[in-house]
Amino acid sequence: MPALAVFLPFLGALIARFGHKRLGARAADILNVLCMCSSAVLAAVIFADIAIGGTVRSVPLADWIVIGRIESIWTLRLDTLSVVMMLSVTLVSALVHVYSLAYMEKDSGRSRFMAYLSLFTFAMLMLVTADDLLQLFFGWESVGLCSFLLIGFRFEKPRANKAAIKAFLMNSVGDFGLLLGIAGLAALFGSVRFDAIFEGLQAHAGDVHGIGVFTFSAHEALALLLFAGIIGKSAQVGLHTWLPDAMEGPTPVSALVHSATMVTVGVFLLARLSPLFEMAPFAQSVIVVIGLATAVMAALVAITRTDIKRVLAYSTMSQLGCMIFAAGLSAYGAAMFHLVINAFVGTLLFLGAGSVIHALSGERDMRKMGGLVRQIPRTYAVMWIGVFSLAGLPLFSGYYSRGTILEAACAGTEPLAMAAFCIGVGVSLLTALYAGRMMFLTFHGNCRADETTTARIHESPTMMLWPLYGLATGAVLAGGMLASRFAGAQCHAFWNKSLVVPDFEPLQASVCVSVLPQLATIAGIGLAWMLWMRCPDWPSRLVSRFGLFYRVMCAGFGFDALYERLFVRPVPIIGHQLWLLGDRLVIDRLGPDGLAFLARRIGRLAMRLQSGSVFHYALAMIAGLVGLMGWFLWQALGAGGGS
Amino acid sequence: MIIDWPILSALVFTPAIGALFVLMIRGEEALVARNARWVALWTTLVTFGLALLAHAAFDSNISGFQLEETKSWLPTAGINYHLGVDGISLPFLLLTAFLMPICVLIGWQQIQTRVREYMIAFLLLESMLLGLFCALDLILFYLFFESVLIPMFLIIGIWGGAHRVHAAYKFFLFTLAGALPMLLAVIVLYQTGGTGDIGKLMNLDLARNLQIWLFLGFLASFAIKLPMWPFHTWLPDAHTEAPTTGSIMLAGVLLKMGGYGFLRLSLPILPDACAMFAPTMFALAGIAVVYTSLVALAQHDLKKMIAYSSVAHMGFVVLGIFSLTVEGIAGALMQMISHGLVVTALFIAIGLLYERR
Repeated sequence: MPALAVFLPFLGALIARFGHKRLGARAADILNVLCMCSSAVLAAVIFADIAIGGTVRSVPLADWIVIGRIESIWTLRLDTLSVVMMLSVTLVSALVHVYSLAYMEKDSGRSRFMAYLSLFTFAMLMLVTADDLLQLFFGWESVGLCSFLLIGFRFEKPRANKAAIKAFLMNSVGDFGLLLGIAGLAALFGSVRFDAIFEGLQAHAGDVHGIGVFTFSAHEALALLLFAGIIGKSAQVGLHTWLPDAMEGPTPVSALVHSATMVTVGVFLLARLSPLFEMAPFAQSVIVVIGLATAVMAALVAITRTDIKRVLAYSTMSQLGCMIFAAGLSAYGAAMFHLVINAFVGTLLFLGAGSVIHALSGERDMRKMGGLVRQIPRTYAVMWIGVFSLAGLPLFSGYYSRGTILEAACAGTEPLAMAAFCIGVGVSLLTALYAGRMMFLTFHGNCRADETTTARIHESPTMMLWPLYGLATGAVLAGGMLASRFAGAQCHAFWNKSLVVPDFEPLQASVCVSVLPQLATIAGIGLAWMLWMRCPDWPSRLVSRFGLFYRVMCAGFGFDALYERLFVRPVPIIGHQLWLLGDRLVIDRLGPDGLAFLARRIGRLAMRLQSGSVFHYALAMIAGLVGLMGWFLWQALGAGGGS
Repeated sequence: MIIDWPILSALVFTPAIGALFVLMIRGEEALVARNARWVALWTTLVTFGLALLAHAAFDSNISGFQLEETKSWLPTAGINYHLGVDGISLPFLLLTAFLMPICVLIGWQQIQTRVREYMIAFLLLESMLLGLFCALDLILFYLFFESVLIPMFLIIGIWGGAHRVHAAYKFFLFTLAGALPMLLAVIVLYQTGGTGDIGKLMNLDLARNLQIWLFLGFLASFAIKLPMWPFHTWLPDAHTEAPTTGSIMLAGVLLKMGGYGFLRLSLPILPDACAMFAPTMFALAGIAVVYTSLVALAQHDLKKMIAYSSVAHMGFVVLGIFSLTVEGIAGALMQMISHGLVVTALFIAIGLLYERR
């Protein structure tokens, strides 16, 4: 049954791509969605069995790579951590599949799109059920490939192609670190299996390696290398610039791949390898710092964006930063909780934005929206639910997940924990601010769209709305239902050793923990209302007042420009110079061309000897004769003199 | 499955016999071309079938050489006609036999001049390559290794692009420059061991000093064939000028001859020298990977870009081989086979684009 749950999406992908012509488009679509939905149902059954029932299973499928010390038996690892991911991936994916059918209704490439989407789900399931690092890497790269294909789905658009390549390259940079980390783990522990690695952790705890004068602990180095991969995939600061550009992909892709599932695998990997990260305190503080920096930076940039999807992209990035720093503070349960909640909330917001874009015939600029509340009231309602949950208003899911993270930060013993708490509260305020801004600009005020677009505004079809309702239900209910299991009293029994659950002290300063974030949220939404509803001239006055800071925020803190200068422009030039100087000038000149030149030169010299003049030949003969005789004489005399 | 007839010999000589048939075709020009294509296609298909049969007869649970055939060839000199396959050579046999029918089909429309000669060249090339991967005698190995050069030289030089003659000579001279040190090494090794049998040579305990010289001799040839940095500049030229099918065979199989040579001769016969030279090889391969990848980035010609990327890929192969571990060598083998398939697909795609201009 677990194998069926994993492979049904793959089957669905095949049906969607190749059944399109033979079965007819409609039948292929229905079969594909059926595959996805049954996969989700199966995942729910497995979830009940494993997570609620408290068991652990591993399902071996086949031998994969068995060479020397590396033994990778292809196995589905089913513990609470993986089934949590399975369930959230398949649920969100099924809803996005249904939504996409309507969203891509008139697109000629729909069968290709649906196939990629299902294939992505399969790759994602392979990743989360991996039993060793090689399988994980297979899934990791496969989701990267599917992401590349989906971002570049409209391959006739140069911008989409560029964004796809950028995503792929930025991820490759991170994956380089990940691969080195995996190789290091394999070298250190002699195995790539998670269980074998966890068993060997204690034995290698004191290992110190050195290159020259630099010495480092093996665990710290490996943890940092693995985290490089996480920085890339989860769009943390430094390798994050691909995520906003990835919004060139169709909206369902942004919802599924770039908000709910793929970008969160970094958090999943942190949880999966939590025993390793627990033994690398320095790496953990790096993780916390990077996570915090991402959360703040992305939230600030989100306030300045005018493209509704980019606002959501930066929002996703900010939330990922929160999960990462929670994991860095050892609150893996809280991070996973936020991951699951955000899978629903992020998807809800993206699909809602898709519904808005659909209504406005493809318009994504919020400056050309406004006043949509009357035309598309249902989308409006679910979007507010998403925003409330994202901002963490009480009783919505986000309230619980954000609460557990901030509690963990408050209770943590690390020196960074207090800073994390303060910054976390600040991020709550910013989150509420940009989410409120997005809602006010999109739905309130006067309509700023042009007339032809306005005339065609319509509420989305039912098939797009139902997934939204489902997600909205999740965004309201899931938090309260799951809170106690993921990070509360029952968390030890729930996680069942699939990740490290540290023992926190019971909370003392609970008033500040529960009240401060709420105040921040309310202040944020209020501020957004003030700035973009009540006094619409304030933002421009603020901009002129803090011009430099605003420009820095608008430029996304200058990462793209920096990378453009550092890598994008110089590297081809270096390559070109190597080609001209290295290959053409040095190697060819010294090698074949030089030899050919030399041969010709010697030939020409030799040619001169053949002058055809008898005098020259006679002279040469006499010279040779004299030389030979001289040689013999020298020999004879030398021999005589010697004896 | 047990096969009691000399399947490897059949495998090696089927294409040669096919070439003979093609040679005998007479008549009107269009008819000759048509018949030559069909004969070549059937020959390569039969060869591929034989290769599959050999694969079925091969027992992967037994280590060492299988399907061995030995015929006395030059008995006074102790040189035998000795064929056999093991886990290293079998994938290359399958790869070669698989790519050949594809090459014939790709050349079906693209080649319109001297079709008969073209097919003969390809069939002979296949014979040589299969012979190389089956040969278990040093002299036989060298014979096949170097004779591969002849049909390939003709393929580039006759059916290539505008600057084909320059590219063909560059290819020829580079390869020949490597062949001569290798010949010296082969002669010395043969005289020291008193036999040409690779299986027996493996058990030879050679002095370290001798191993180093022999290693350098072999390296000269393998490094140019592979190609390793800085002996790679013939490859981009050869690729840009060669016809699509020539590029396929060149990148798909000919580049692997160097890697195969390392695995077949250098590693088992000269283990000490290999261990000693491993750091040097790592350095060269590391340079190759980074340097040629950067150069590939600067290319505007698609074929050149792939040529440079092939050099980078072969750098990884060298890294794998000289890690001197089971994992590394298996990885190198895997990389060679996968590169053979991938690069073929790429060249076919590029060939189609070239044709569309």
